Amino acid sequence: MILQLAWRNLWRNRNRSIIAMASVWCAVVLAIVMSSFQKGVFDLLIDNMVSFYSGYVQVHRTGYQSEQTLENSFELSDSLQNTILSTPGVASMTPRLEAFALASSGEKTKGCLVAGIAPETENMATRIKSKVVSGEYLSDSSSTVLVSEGLAKRLQLGVSDTLLLLGQGYYGTTAAGKFPIGGLLHYGSPELNDQLVFLPLAVAQRWLDAPGLATTLVITPGDPASSGETTARLRNTLSTEFEVLTWQEMMPEINEHIETDTASSAIILGVLYLLISFGIFATILMMLAERQREFGMLIALGMKKAQLALMVLFESVFITLTGCALGILASLPIVWQLTNHPIRIGGEMAKVYEKFGFEAIFPASMAPSIFWKQAVVVLVIGLFLSLYPMMKVLFLKPVEAMRS
Amino acid sequence: MNDATVIDIHNVSKIYNPDTIPVHAVNNVHLHFERGEFTALVGPSGSGKTTLLNIIGGLDAPSEGQVIINGTDITSLKPNQLINFRLQNIGFVFQSYNLIPVLSARENVEFILLLQGVSKAQREQRVQDLMNAVGLGDKMEVRPAQLSGGQQQRVAVSRALASKPQFILADEPTANLDSRSAANLLDIMAQLNHDEGMTFIFSTHDARVIERARRVITLEDGRVVSDKAVGVPTKGGRV
Ligand SMILES: Nc1ncnc2c1ncn2[C@@H]1O[C@H](COP(=O)(O)OP(=O)(O)OP(=O)(O)O)[C@@H](O)[C@H]1O
Ligand SMILES: [Mg+2]
Repeated sequence: MILQLAWRNLWRNRNRSIIAMASVWCAVVLAIVMSSFQKGVFDLLIDNMVSFYSGYVQVHRTGYQSEQTLENSFELSDSLQNTILSTPGVASMTPRLEAFALASSGEKTKGCLVAGIAPETENMATRIKSKVVSGEYLSDSSSTVLVSEGLAKRLQLGVSDTLLLLGQGYYGTTAAGKFPIGGLLHYGSPELNDQLVFLPLAVAQRWLDAPGLATTLVITPGDPASSGETTARLRNTLSTEFEVLTWQEMMPEINEHIETDTASSAIILGVLYLLISFGIFATILMMLAERQREFGMLIALGMKKAQLALMVLFESVFITLTGCALGILASLPIVWQLTNHPIRIGGEMAKVYEKFGFEAIFPASMAPSIFWKQAVVVLVIGLFLSLYPMMKVLFLKPVEAMRS
Repeated sequence: MNDATVIDIHNVSKIYNPDTIPVHAVNNVHLHFERGEFTALVGPSGSGKTTLLNIIGGLDAPSEGQVIINGTDITSLKPNQLINFRLQNIGFVFQSYNLIPVLSARENVEFILLLQGVSKAQREQRVQDLMNAVGLGDKMEVRPAQLSGGQQQRVAVSRALASKPQFILADEPTANLDSRSAANLLDIMAQLNHDEGMTFIFSTHDARVIERARRVITLEDGRVVSDKAVGVPTKGGRV
């Protein structure tokens, strides 16, 4: 009964309700499109950054993150791998043996980061195969290496030339090896493009005199959005001998950038919602003033004040939620379109993007959280705005209300 | 007090603005109403009619004195108890703004029954009967705005009746009506009084309405200056 009354009251002053709903509608559409873009762009950015090299989550021997040496490596046992793979949320995993080394050919020498990888699973984690620009990707049995373009250029090497790698082996021994170059890789980030060398894990272990050892396990979570929970589970499962790091911890600058950007757009949306809240509040105040006599009459007849307050609450929640529901409905096709046919960036901007290995697109996201978050925000606004009229109703004196 | 007593008012006063310029809206009133009365409350503007009716109806608390309805001292009830007491025992007809504009005539009457928690089947039958009783059986689904003032007041009477109250209080129910509609409303009220023994207490300025009453109480400056029986005594009436 109260619901029905509230709903009908909404349509009493049709224009006013429609204006109030329309303002909510606009705000919701704007907020959804804006946060959808933001999430889309950031998801792509994260995906790009993470798939360059680090992966979403990494497991090391404790201490490796601060001191990246072979002394902080661990034994790549089956039990460890099984434990990790059977942790809920983990989709796949790939081991690496990483070391800094000097790469040289003839006169030229350059520092580089050498990573022994498992070719199959590495590709699943970081899509490295797609970065091969000439030559062949690695296989488990190959004894060739992949060199990033920038580095190869400095050393004036090409596919099937020989690369000399000098490093420090596990017991401080000198590790030296000659490897034929099987392929070149292109990375958008100059930092990576100028220093990466990949070779099969077994070859790297032999070269560094570190049989059965690895420095890093790159974990790919089933759902990137829940990598936080997966990390927490891994931390619980694994002994303190191991450290588990998220991409946020490995790349704090990017995380910071995303957080400040998200915060600033939250402020913009906050101001927007504040503005429409004032508008709706004005509507509610007018409604209150106009309906004094009616409220007095209802209480005189025997309607409980709590029932009346509930009616007032429903009315303002209806206005905001109806506006919100319609806003979500309207933004669904827009967001869907932008997600499936992302806006392509053209001109100079596109070149900058491509240089860094990013796709030059401006994608949107259809993540459900974008929609329900707005619904929650709007519901909270509706509840909050009805506080004042509810108080008014609870303290209403029927005789005075009817005299007015 | 006897079995027929519905309302007993003892020594009731209402003083507005006691701290600044006190107004004795109701001044030391003693009254006694019995079942089946058809009573008019008259007096010049500002004499305290509305105030007295509000006090009897539990809408306003007296500054002093007691109002005993069917043995219950309503001045001692807590606010929520009082609202419930009104719902179960007192029917109201106001001068205007009686009906809920977004509900049809039928729904307005049904509203009271809903508040009382009457079952759906019972509600439907009762609403139909009540609307027939006020001659609006064919206007059930019409919204108040589409009804004439007289029709609206008849719906209000029908609604006041719906809760099966002890009595119905009507503050100037005909004030906004033309004389024909006023007469018609009085006819219906008188008939309900006669047929069902419903007790009515109404205030009015209108001489033609006063004529129809069986008891006329005159107020002046918040005091009862006369209280006389007129016409034929009603069944169970006091005089
Ligand atoms: N809330 C209030 N505050 C102050 N004074 C009030 C209040 N309500 C009523 N009064 C005063 O009490 C007195 C009685 O008022 P009341 O409305 O009961 O008279 P009435 O007989 O119903 O008059 P009318 O015929 O004009 O309806 C008047 O002097 C009025 O000004
Ligand atoms: Mg009055």
